[in-house]
Amino acid sequence: MNRIRVIARLDVKNEYVIKGIHLEGLRKIGDPNKIALKYYEDGIDEIIFMDTVASLYSRNNLFHIIERACEDIFIPITIGGGIRTVSDIDKALKSGADKVAINTQAVKTPDLITEAAKIFGSQAIVGSIEAKKKNGLWEAYVDAGRESTGVDAVRWAKRLEDLGAGEILITSVDAEGTQKGFDIDLIKEITAELSIPVIASGGAGKPEHIKSLVANTDVDAIAMASLFHYNVCSISQVRQALGYKIVDGLMV
Amino acid sequence: MTNKRIAIIDYGAGNIKSIANALKKVGAESVLTRNREDVLSSDSMILPGVGAFASAMERLHNYDLVNVIKEFVCVRQKPVLGICLGLQLLFEESEEFGLTKGLGIIKGRVIKMPTGTVKKLPHIQWNEVQISESKKSSSVLLGGIADNGRVYFIHSFVVMPQVKEDVLSTSVYNGYKFCSAVESGNIYGTQFHPEKSAATGLHIFRNFINASKNKQAKT
Repeated sequence: MNRIRVIARLDVKNEYVIKGIHLEGLRKIGDPNKIALKYYEDGIDEIIFMDTVASLYSRNNLFHIIERACEDIFIPITIGGGIRTVSDIDKALKSGADKVAINTQAVKTPDLITEAAKIFGSQAIVGSIEAKKKNGLWEAYVDAGRESTGVDAVRWAKRLEDLGAGEILITSVDAEGTQKGFDIDLIKEITAELSIPVIASGGAGKPEHIKSLVANTDVDAIAMASLFHYNVCSISQVRQALGYKIVDGLMV
Repeated sequence: MTNKRIAIIDYGAGNIKSIANALKKVGAESVLTRNREDVLSSDSMILPGVGAFASAMERLHNYDLVNVIKEFVCVRQKPVLGICLGLQLLFEESEEFGLTKGLGIIKGRVIKMPTGTVKKLPHIQWNEVQISESKKSSSVLLGGIADNGRVYFIHSFVVMPQVKEDVLSTSVYNGYKFCSAVESGNIYGTQFHPEKSAATGLHIFRNFINASKNKQAKT
């Protein structure tokens, strides 16, 4: 049976879940805690809270949201955005998060990943990559897809694994928010290189996109935002696309 | 029946808040502690854990918790639930970073899943548990859980109980079958995270709470 995890991604700015296209042009969706609780009750496997402006202000502002969410939500929670130090990670986990997703600071100081994995375990450290296609290759971006790094995204993913990350979250900035399908070539290259789980993010607009991602790559989890925020399809429709057997709305 | 208190052993391991929140959700009283008297006067104990075996054992030693846990479980015979690394710590030894001695409460050892077989580690999945045939009608911890019920796993190491009867359930990851829960008298453990397994996980906590109530009623 297919066990690909279905993840809801909540990009948060100033206390609101927002949604943009290519990580830009943001539109307000609603209250993060209410939305997270709804997805939990609908049967989502996991939730990622991403502070979209944290990197710009050098701090994460989601700890209190996580704290509240964890009182009622009993599934894995990942927090990302503006995580810069071991003490940030400690604070995130103490707020109730199970994992932290690190992008910008990992590029600046890769040793943070190794140090954090040693202290908190690899399972708590998600290497987050925002990739844009350039001349047939992908480049890693930081600061919510704003700043280029000159680093090859596929090689960087492998390096993050070697540094001690337990999982990779790969967001295609080109596909993000477009609802026009995943960047399948990107996900394919990364999953072929790695021996840790990979979460694909960016581009899901209909069940067919999910089917074709799963048919063509070795992906382990899919993070989606627009699809759920705009009620394009339900969690159970996503599971059907993934090949789960569903009877009367329940997995069997 | 009066509410029973559960001690969550605090040795600085990962996300303990979720366990306390889950217990609160199902109406149980818990205390996060590393104090000997607090632990021993509790009715049951949860040994949490994520991360590395060796550093967890080192911390249990540093906080003088090894003998407290052994007295609670082996001498006073009160219910204990080990979760993930907490389950692994109950065993005799782990091969993580060379051999490290564990608490030795359950016979057997902890090994890394063979990467050649499973391909990707950690095993991060909602996966099914198959309850052992001999435990299907008698299990306290997984009583009322549907065979093939889905729970959340995140780990690279697994336990290998020496006594076959200790195996409460097995699960399969990429063709590799491993022990996903143990139950032996007052000793319970799950390789998965009940505090992250939605309604199924909360049901397991309720079962564990009932185990401590029944235990108390008998003695």
